[in-house]
Amino acid sequence: MLQPSLFPVPSITVSELTRYLREWMESDELLRDIWVQGEISNLSRPASGHIYFTLKDQNSALKCVIWRTAAGRNTGNLQSGLAVEVHGYVSIYERDGAYQLYVDTVRMAGEGSLYLEFMRLKAKLEAEGLFDPARKRPIPEVPVRIGIVTSPTGAALQDMLNTLRRRYPLVEVVISPAAVQGDLAPGELVTALDRLNREPGIDVIIIARGGGSLEDLWAFNDERVVRAVADSVIPTISGVGHETDFTLTDFAADLRAPTPTAAAELAVPDQVDVREKLVVTIHRLADALAGIAQVEKMNLSEVMHRLMQVSPLMRVRSDRQRLDELNGRSLTTAMHFIQMAKTRTESIGQRMGTLNPFAVLERGYAIVTNPAGEIIRSVDQTFKDDNLDVRVSDGVISTRVKGEPVRDKPGD
Amino acid sequence: MSEQKNKIAGMTYEQAFAELETIVASLESGQQPLEQSLKLYERGQMLAQFCANLLDQAELKIKQLNPSGKTTQEESE
Repeated sequence: MLQPSLFPVPSITVSELTRYLREWMESDELLRDIWVQGEISNLSRPASGHIYFTLKDQNSALKCVIWRTAAGRNTGNLQSGLAVEVHGYVSIYERDGAYQLYVDTVRMAGEGSLYLEFMRLKAKLEAEGLFDPARKRPIPEVPVRIGIVTSPTGAALQDMLNTLRRRYPLVEVVISPAAVQGDLAPGELVTALDRLNREPGIDVIIIARGGGSLEDLWAFNDERVVRAVADSVIPTISGVGHETDFTLTDFAADLRAPTPTAAAELAVPDQVDVREKLVVTIHRLADALAGIAQVEKMNLSEVMHRLMQVSPLMRVRSDRQRLDELNGRSLTTAMHFIQMAKTRTESIGQRMGTLNPFAVLERGYAIVTNPAGEIIRSVDQTFKDDNLDVRVSDGVISTRVKGEPVRDKPGD
Repeated sequence: MSEQKNKIAGMTYEQAFAELETIVASLESGQQPLEQSLKLYERGQMLAQFCANLLDQAELKIKQLNPSGKTTQEESE
């Protein structure tokens, strides 16, 4: 305790103190020209062209700035998680009263140790088969209860609830809260997963967190968490960070969604589709009944038709008609046939009349035959004293050839 | 058929819709006697109505597990 003085010690302004500290720092040999190693985090590149980030190790953090004029060479691929060595001077940003390193040179110290750790663990778990596609289970199409492991206060949870409400409000949500960053996060995430696995009737679990730096998402690369996700009895969907963020939890989950909202979308069907499917099914139901009614109607009319066919009355009528038909038809046919036969007979009779050789005899011709019955057409067929029969219209005259037959002289 | 006796009221959407689809498939096969078909159709209509009501009246139910893991609390919308 200070000795009480007669007059109170006069105070100085904040600005005065800050300026004093700044001048003190800038006059320090060590702080004026120094190399610092650490890992980049929270890097930002505002439109001004300056680059801001925090350089950190396991225990401490140091604010750094690279002026636009110094930025350029070797700074284009700076990103959070990268281990680097930076050179510059330490001073105070008076407005915030914050000391920071004004960087003029950056050199790479190899890949960030977090990234190396990420790759090492990924290779190890991959070798164990934890990320094997064959392990992936299908996500139920229409879940009844969904478990969500996330921070109860995060924006990610509200995003997911809004998505579920909009897409498929039929679902019941069971939130299993857990810290999603910091040292406690891995343990809490494992416990939250385990609790949901013991909750009855959960169809699918979403494990999610909004975007953040590599360090913010680090709990989702924790070996305990990754194993718990892989071991979950209930199928899991991961939705950690942004689209470009990949965590080992994503590899272990049955389905990886790029964001928490996307995870909620993948977990449930869209009620628009569900309604459409219902409407189609209702139409099918109505059509099926109409089809059955149609078939029944056809069956009935067929039976009625057959019934009429076998009725005795129908039989009598039918037989009678058939008989009439047959009668009519045979009579006509017979008449026609007879007519034809008659016509043909008459015609033949006429033709036979003109051809009858005996008709010629009426006109004075005669037919001469020898005793063998052969008709004599030439003098060469007869000799003197042959007996010949001469047939005339009303009988036969037996004759004898008196002299040698004489042939007509040509020209006569 | 025991399915016929099931109370629709306690069903989830998925259960009701699954039974509706079964009924439609059965009617479409045309293997049922007419009277059975009519019963199935009536049941199908009730299921369809139930599904439509569920969709129209659904409100997201949210429950949060207590971090202690012992009890649960209901959260109102």
